[in-house]
Amino acid sequence: MYDNPDGVMIGLEVHVQLNKLKTKVFCGCTTDYHNDPPNSHVCPVCLGLPGALPKINKKAVEAAIKVGLALNCKIEEHTQFYRKNYYYPDLPKGFQITQYDFPISSGGHIMIEGEDGEHRVGITRAHMEEDPGRLVHEGTIDKSKYTLIDYNRSGMALLEVVSDPDMRSPKEARRYLDKLRNILEYLDVFDGNLEGALRVDANISIMGGQRAEIKNISSHKGAERALLYEIVRQKNVLRRGGIVVLETRHFDEAREITMSMRSKEEAHDYRYFPEPDLVPLKISGWAPAIKETLPELPDARRLRFVEQYGITDDHAKALTSELKLAIFYENVAKKADPKTAAVWICDVLKGELNYRNLTIDSFKKEHMLSVIGLLASKKITEDGAVDIIRTLLDKGGSPDEIVAEKGLLKVEGDIVSTAAEEAIKENPQAVADFKAGKEKALNSLVGAVMKKTKGRADARAAREVLLGKLG
Amino acid sequence: MIAKKDLEHMGWLARLELSEEDKEKYTPKLNSVLDYFGELDEVDTEGVEPTYHILPMNNVFREDEVNVPAKPLTQEEALSNAPKKQDGFFKAPRMM
Repeated sequence: MYDNPDGVMIGLEVHVQLNKLKTKVFCGCTTDYHNDPPNSHVCPVCLGLPGALPKINKKAVEAAIKVGLALNCKIEEHTQFYRKNYYYPDLPKGFQITQYDFPISSGGHIMIEGEDGEHRVGITRAHMEEDPGRLVHEGTIDKSKYTLIDYNRSGMALLEVVSDPDMRSPKEARRYLDKLRNILEYLDVFDGNLEGALRVDANISIMGGQRAEIKNISSHKGAERALLYEIVRQKNVLRRGGIVVLETRHFDEAREITMSMRSKEEAHDYRYFPEPDLVPLKISGWAPAIKETLPELPDARRLRFVEQYGITDDHAKALTSELKLAIFYENVAKKADPKTAAVWICDVLKGELNYRNLTIDSFKKEHMLSVIGLLASKKITEDGAVDIIRTLLDKGGSPDEIVAEKGLLKVEGDIVSTAAEEAIKENPQAVADFKAGKEKALNSLVGAVMKKTKGRADARAAREVLLGKLG
Repeated sequence: MIAKKDLEHMGWLARLELSEEDKEKYTPKLNSVLDYFGELDEVDTEGVEPTYHILPMNNVFREDEVNVPAKPLTQEEALSNAPKKQDGFFKAPRMM
């Protein structure tokens, strides 16, 4: 049991861009704007020009239902849109089209790895809305003289996924974000690598105080840092006998602090009213058919990997935490020993990729298969296999070429025997130590053999040969 | 009852600058609108389904097709009415 000593309660509002759609949510402008000049994919609808009429993208509604179902939500019988009124330059119309009391889905949950094992996080609702434009400030937001606005992003389909305040630490919040992103990628509605694909607002309170809402969090790591800072800040306020007030705070990613955004807007007087230009949706009837099309989700795939391939739960968890990695593993496991494949992909390849800030896209399935093949036929050592993987990532080529170029073929028999004899002759002190009962002295002899064979001997075999000769 | 300070708040929300004269003039006008809603409130609506939308329609969609029904504006067209622009962006005063 995790006893949560400070009574931390965290709820997250995650804005997810449905960026795998071809067009925006209420107009036919393309979603493929990321490398284009500002304001080059805009029309009267997403610029909010007078008289323009929004019309909803059917695929966006289907994607929203898909996500709702994957988050174990109920798809509502009646859903409709509202105008949320406020003035900010990112909103060209002076209001945002969003949902209010009739969200498309609500009442779900997902499981995360919590402080004390499996932990359930409730999903209050996941509602549809339009993305505002992108604001650019010269210098920092508090120093800049002007705001520059690009409306290419304006009108992108967003889902706001609101969680219950069920997370009890910044670590759990990060795990929740990882899990949510993982599910969204499995559903193929979202590409998390695109700029602005997932944005987070966090609500956090500790025992004895009111909650703060933290805005401007743009990464999972940022969420964890902002929340850690906020817990310390709130505890300090309470320790000094102060009051933690209900407020909105801005996360400064560079300085890793949150700052109060005191303004009259605090009152949140949004004056929601039904959007007269969009008729209500009655689409709960679509849910059963869409449910049929849902892919295998991470938790299900993890269980199947353990059962089907006999790998450990830790390996299965690591492999399914990224859709591309899971697919890569499964392609390798079909043609090689699944357990060996899990070890080399999880314990070696993944680490080497992370170290270089690369993704699994940078490594070919065929190369993994040949490395495993070379190991299985005992042609290379484990050190040699690691060397091949590193060289493939750094310089490219093929495993066979690297083996030939670096002379990685394992040496055995006479060569190891000769190297062992030389090692014994050249290290009389280690031999004496070993004979006097210091078992560790053998390690330096094994090391000497490895050095003589340029790492191409199998360390275990070298050890046995040495023991034979010393015994 | 709408008081003068409510009117000032509404004016601020709508980014309207109201003179003292405006405030004197509009406070009673808005109150008469509010009174009328008070009258409507007295109607017995027990068992009547709320009206969410005035059109007797649901489920109007468009397909996910790029540039249908219309092509986007060019950057130049998009910015043609902007009072201030810079490097293809709309330019506005900084807001916090």
